[in-house]
Parts: sequence; C-alpha cells; structure tokens
Amino acid sequence: MALLEMNNITKVFGGLKAISDVTFSLEKGRIVSIIGPNGAGKTTFFNTLTGIYKPDGGTITFNGKSLVGLRPDQIAARGIARTFQNIRLFPDMSVIENILVGMHIHLKQSPLQTLFRLPGFKKEEADAEKKAVRLMRYVGLKRVENELAKNLPYGAQRRLEIARALAADPLLLLLDEPAAGMNPQETEDIIRLFRNIKADMGITILLIEHDMRVVMNISEDICVMDYGEKIAEGTPQEIRANTRVIEAYLGRGAVAGQHEEKMR
Amino acid sequence: MISLFLKDLFNRVNQGRWPYLIVIGHILAGSLLVYTQPRSNLAFLVLMTSFMSLYFFTTSVRFKLIAGTMLALVIIPIVGVRNIFYLEVIFQISVFAALALGLNIVVGFAGLLDLGYVAFYAVGAYLWAFFGSQQFYVLHFAPGTQPSDLPFLLPGDAFYMFLLVGVVIAGLTGILLGLPVLRLRGDYLAIVTLGFGEVIRVLANNLDKPLNFTNGPQGITPIQRPSMPDPVVEWFNSVFRGVVGHDVTPADMYNLMFYIFALIVIIVIIFVTRRLDDSKLGRAWTAVREDETAAIAQGIPLVKMKLAAFAVGASFAGVMGVLLAASRTFISPESFSFMQSIGVLTMVILGGAGSIPGVILGAATVTILNLQVLQGFSLYLNELRQSDAVMPIINFAWKDLSPQLDPAKYQRMLFGLILVLMMIFRPAGLIPATRRKREIDAEETN
Repeated sequence: MALLEMNNITKVFGGLKAISDVTFSLEKGRIVSIIGPNGAGKTTFFNTLTGIYKPDGGTITFNGKSLVGLRPDQIAARGIARTFQNIRLFPDMSVIENILVGMHIHLKQSPLQTLFRLPGFKKEEADAEKKAVRLMRYVGLKRVENELAKNLPYGAQRRLEIARALAADPLLLLLDEPAAGMNPQETEDIIRLFRNIKADMGITILLIEHDMRVVMNISEDICVMDYGEKIAEGTPQEIRANTRVIEAYLGRGAVAGQHEEKMR
Repeated sequence: MISLFLKDLFNRVNQGRWPYLIVIGHILAGSLLVYTQPRSNLAFLVLMTSFMSLYFFTTSVRFKLIAGTMLALVIIPIVGVRNIFYLEVIFQISVFAALALGLNIVVGFAGLLDLGYVAFYAVGAYLWAFFGSQQFYVLHFAPGTQPSDLPFLLPGDAFYMFLLVGVVIAGLTGILLGLPVLRLRGDYLAIVTLGFGEVIRVLANNLDKPLNFTNGPQGITPIQRPSMPDPVVEWFNSVFRGVVGHDVTPADMYNLMFYIFALIVIIVIIFVTRRLDDSKLGRAWTAVREDETAAIAQGIPLVKMKLAAFAVGASFAGVMGVLLAASRTFISPESFSFMQSIGVLTMVILGGAGSIPGVILGAATVTILNLQVLQGFSLYLNELRQSDAVMPIINFAWKDLSPQLDPAKYQRMLFGLILVLMMIFRPAGLIPATRRKREIDAEETN
C-alpha cells in the first residue's frame, strides 16, 4: 500500500479552483517531484497536504490513516515534515535550537520534570542536543551551533531548514523549491544530500522544483500540474517526451514549432 | 564613540580582583550614602545601581550570591526601616518586576501582545480582598450601608494558602482569556486583550449589585494581613536597634515582611521562568513568536502553547495581586486601569522583551522614574515657585509658572517617551535577550 494517497483533492479560493480533482499516490522510499508553471497550484497542493488549507473535497490517506480535518501540527506529528519556499527558520534562535524545535513532537518532558530538572529531563535534553549536533553536521553545517539562524548565509539556511525537518524523524519529507537561488555547485551538493537522506534514513521525499537539472537528475517520478490539474505523471524520460507538458511550459505553438523544426 | 570608550574601560577593569573591589566599593558607598543622608534620592540611586554592578561585573557565583543576599536581606531592610519611603519604592519595584516577568512570558517569549495584562493582577488582588475581608458578609448590603461589626470570613493567615490559590485562579483566568483569542494574531490579539482588561476593571467597578462582591468604586477595605508575632518584632529590634537608631513598630515590620515576600515570589518566578525558557516549552514559545506557520509545521500545537503562555504569565500576576491586596489592606478598581497595563508593557520593552535581567531593570527604572525622579522634579519646581528666582535671559519669574505644570502627573508622557525612544534607538531593550550558548565537543567528524 502506498505511503500517501490523495483522491480527488479539490481546493477552491473564491471563484478560482487552485487544485481541481487531483489524484496522487506516493510509494514509500521514493523521490518524486511536482513540477508545473507558476500558479499551477503546486504550493497549494503542499499546503493542503500539510493541513494549512482544508481541502474542499477529496480524501488524503497517509500511512493508512486519514489526514482530512487534522490540524497542521497533528499532521506534522503523523510524520510529515516540510521546508518552505521562502526559508522560514526561527531567525532569533540559535542553529541548535532551531533543530531542537524540530524534535518537539518526540520530547516527552513534563512540566514537573522541567521545573525540577529531574534526571529524565536532563537525559532527554542531552540526547536531543547530541542528535541535533549530529543532524547539523549531517546536512553539512560545521561549527555554527550557537550562531543565530538569521546570521547564516543563504545556502546554510536552506540546509538548516532541512536539518530541522529531519529532526522530527519524518516518514515523508516535503521540500518546496529547495534549490531556489543556489549556484550550480550548491545545487549539486544538495542533490547529493537528498540522495543520502533517502539512502541513510529511508525517508520518502516529495519536492516542488523549477530547476529542471535538479528535477531530471533526482526524481524517480515526476508529477506535472497546470491550472490546478494534474496533467501528466511518469518517469523523467516520459515527462520529457510528453506533449501536454511541453505545451504547458512553452505554450500551444511550441509543439507545432518543434514539428516544423524536425521537418526542415 | 563614547559607548566604545566605556566598553573598553569596562573590559579593562573587569579583570582579576578589580570587579570584586568595585562591587564591594559600590555597595559600601551606596549604603554609607543612604545611611548618612536618608532623604537623598541620589544616594538611594547609588545603592540601587549596586545591583547592576553586581550583575554586570564578572565575579564568582558564590560572591554574587553572598553579596546579593547581604544587599537584599541586610542592607535594604536596615535602610528601609530608617526611611520607610525607600522600602515602599523597593516594594513597588518588586511588585512591578514580578508583573513585568509575567508579561515577559506572554509578550517576550511567546510574542503575544497583551494590553490587558493587569486584569490578572486584579483577579489575584480581588480574590484575597474578597476572602480576606468582611466582604462575604456584605454581599447583601449596598456599598457604604454595611454594619461595622461584621466578622472576617477567614483568618489572616489564610493569606499564605491564597498565594497558591491566586496562582491557580489567575492561571485559569489566563486560559479563559486565551480561549477566545487563540485564532487571532498580532493587532487583533492586542485589541481583544485590551478589551478583556477593561472588562475586568468594569466588573470590579460594577459588581456591587445585585450582590455586592467588589464594593464597587469604593473598593474593599480592610483586608487582612497574615499575623505578625511580637517576638519577630522584638528579635528584629534586639538585633538591629543599634544600626537603625530607633525601635521599629509592627507597622514598619509589616512593610519589611511584604518586601521579603515579594522578594521570595520574584526569586521563584525567575527560577520558573529560566527553567521553562530552557526547555521544550520555552523553545516552542519562542518558535511561535518567531514564525507561527513554521512552528506549526514542526508539530507544535499553537493553541496549547498560547494557553500555556497566558496561564503562566497570568499566574505570576495573580500571586502578586494577592500580595498587593494584603500589603495595602485596601483595593479599588482604580489600581487596575489600562495605564497600569501600559506601564508594565513599558517596563518589558524598556528592559528588553524576553530578557529576565532586562525586564527587572526595566521595572526598576520605570518605578524609580515615576516615584522618585518625577516627584523630585515636582518638589523642585514647587520650591522654585515659592522663591523669587527668575529664569535667566527671558526674565520669567518662576512664581508665575502655572501650578498646573506638575511633573508627577506626567507619568503617561514618560511611558510614551520611553516607548518611542526605545523603538527607534534600541528596539531590543536595555539588556537584550540572548540565546543560550551550548558547549559542544568538536571531536566528532562527519
């Protein structure tokens, strides 16, 4: 059974159908990309999945249980972690604290343990800190544990956001344009990081991305959206050859143009 | 330039044995000044600022503890009973510091702007005012018509229990306020809390009918204090008669007692605040403050965290309310006006939202400005008015100055000025909050 199944999801804003009747399923352990032109409904799709928006129709089943009607924090606790299109760290908290916040759902300390610093509390905090340091190094951040998140350079902030998401030990990791604004070298590094995450932790990854080098390089499957609808799904090779996809990106004339070029 | 020079000077002096000498010198100088000139505000300021040098200079923890205890438990009581006005100022500083620390949890940690914070203070105060006075037997009398020989509902010593009850009831009130405002953010939240603060004050004003709970605008009095055994007064006199110079009365002793209570409450509050801050809960509060959407995505239940912040913050105010009711023996709605909420908020912003020492410094600064500097300025102007002095150059005789101009009444302008200046020049406050630095062994590779 698939890890994530979304059936006939619809989300309407006023008169605009941001997502209409999208059915999508995701197998465990895969890396899948969602692509599409600006305004195709990709981020709305993420926000609907994570509970920020309530779907106007359809069902979402994750790990065998329905997610519809749950609050975003409950959905996160079910094992879905995410990063944001515009980095959303906790700017005035240190790097380690940012990662520790990501572990929130796993920390069991009670108010009483906290107030009196009982052994259970101390052990949990020490373990959490160790794990946070490990994650920080895993995503490639070195010796920045006490830096404030806002003082990190852009690429490091992206990595920190990924570390924070990993801290929750998620089953599914949603990445919203993780390579945006990165140079080719950084892009290559981050692709390697995603492969490692999948290999080392067995985490399923679903990403939105505009950078086709990233998409074609890393994705096992690609789902294409346009005007709120899913217009194609398949392996990178299939998507590359799909006329509807090319139309969506380059306009209706483009496919015809291609033919003309071939004719010459 | 000047700040750089001062910083450099501070760093140079703050080495080896020097800080110890400076701190001891400061405390001694302050004590001596206040002792020889019990009426001088300046001398009092010197003594009060010795807390700051104790905080800022690098000394051993043990030294800080000992010196702080000496200051708080020996020097200030002696100075205080010699001039009871000083004790009053310090008591008010403590009360406001506790309130500011409570508001700091809500505004500083969780980032929820609360403009009606003083409501919880009122809840605590009226709680003890009702149970610790004759009010229970006045329920069926209109204000001012009750017979004078009514009994008290509870003995004065129930006060100690009500310190805890105040914590619980105010905490519950905090949750009550939290419930309707959970979905609100920023401006909307501020407006609702402002309304809530007013509702509580209006309730206090009008709950004298149909049943007389609060005695309306006249307020409730007398409110009982815990008992003060004679041996305590005798003991204090036998030990301190020499330095104080006269025997203290039980009334003075009560002031001293409430000062000690306030001190204990503050220490507990600091303890609780620090431990909560450095835990899952504190981190979640800060995360909510920094970015609500990102916080939810980490699985932080927004509702619970906001309620917890309101409850903890409110409980601090509640316990101080109980203390205030007992120490004043009189409570009226006037003490819980919107201006009080703004005052406490000013303290938090002046000192530094989210910073414990900052907030205490803010409370002390604003209280001293209010009670001593503005009042002192008023007195000075009055003296000028009564003299024949003339303002130079423009030849304006001071005695023609309108008696309407009374700096002591310019409290609101002071709050406004502080808020404007801080937001422009030092938005993080006098002592900005810092994040905890963690020592991490760097040996691990990977």
